[in-house]
Amino acid sequence: MNLLELQKKLIASARKNPPSEQVPYAFEKRIMARLSARPALDKWGMWAGALWRAAVPCVTVMLLLSAWSFFVPNIKPAPSDLSQEIENTVLAAVEQEQGSDTIW
Amino acid sequence: MEPSEAELIAAVLKGDAASFEPLVQKYSPRVFGTARRYARRESEVEDIVQEVWLKAFQKLGSFRGEAPFEHWLMRLAVRTCYDFLRGHQRNRETAFSELSDLEGDWLERFVTQPESAAENAEAARQLVERVLGQLSPAARMVITLLEIEDRSVKEIAQLTGWSVPLVKVRAFRARAEMRRIVAKIAKDKYL
Repeated sequence: MNLLELQKKLIASARKNPPSEQVPYAFEKRIMARLSARPALDKWGMWAGALWRAAVPCVTVMLLLSAWSFFVPNIKPAPSDLSQEIENTVLAAVEQEQGSDTIW
Repeated sequence: MEPSEAELIAAVLKGDAASFEPLVQKYSPRVFGTARRYARRESEVEDIVQEVWLKAFQKLGSFRGEAPFEHWLMRLAVRTCYDFLRGHQRNRETAFSELSDLEGDWLERFVTQPESAAENAEAARQLVERVLGQLSPAARMVITLLEIEDRSVKEIAQLTGWSVPLVKVRAFRARAEMRRIVAKIAKDKYL
């Protein structure tokens, strides 16, 4: 049996017999009924839903961080003098600049 | 004067859903013709067409009007059919059921006198359906579009969303797959 010929014949048969394009009675009415039965898209509702869903993980993360900061001991020694610390921080940039000037 | 397609689409996008009905009425025959190429049962065909129209309504905002509405809709239809084939992959005939008498006779006639085996015979139609029903979803899609509907590789790429090289590769594999199935039919019948 010539298989290639058989394959060609089957393809030719499929070409010669295209499927029917008949549409069932009142099909468009059915589609329109389905479309009207679908609930309208509520944008505000979607936003509200998304925000509510996001609230739970945000609160969880916040609680975890709070617990962590509460229970983990602070390893940095407390500053002896707060005013001195602030002054050092504020003047850090100026000191750095002066340092670079002396190099040049 | 009846509104044009563009006017109907614009009206639907503005919220007038009723303007969608003339579009459904006009293009349903083509969508049904496409769906019947991939689904056998009429209930499945109706489900596919319904899904195509629901998707079309939902995604109408993405239709930019650069190409005709029909092209956009057919892309949607072909992709929905492909999804259907993939979803029903397990249902395809993996094991050969015996050929019907009609198919057996037609095959017999083809062996003895190939010219006398008519292409438009019911048996040939059944046999084609049997072969196509055993192809993988991608192979069935490619064979249908390329060999039966006689579309170009570029057209198939646009319809399916596959790249041109992918269509070529799948066409090569699909032909080989079809050859294997036809050979198996012949072997089962004559060995």
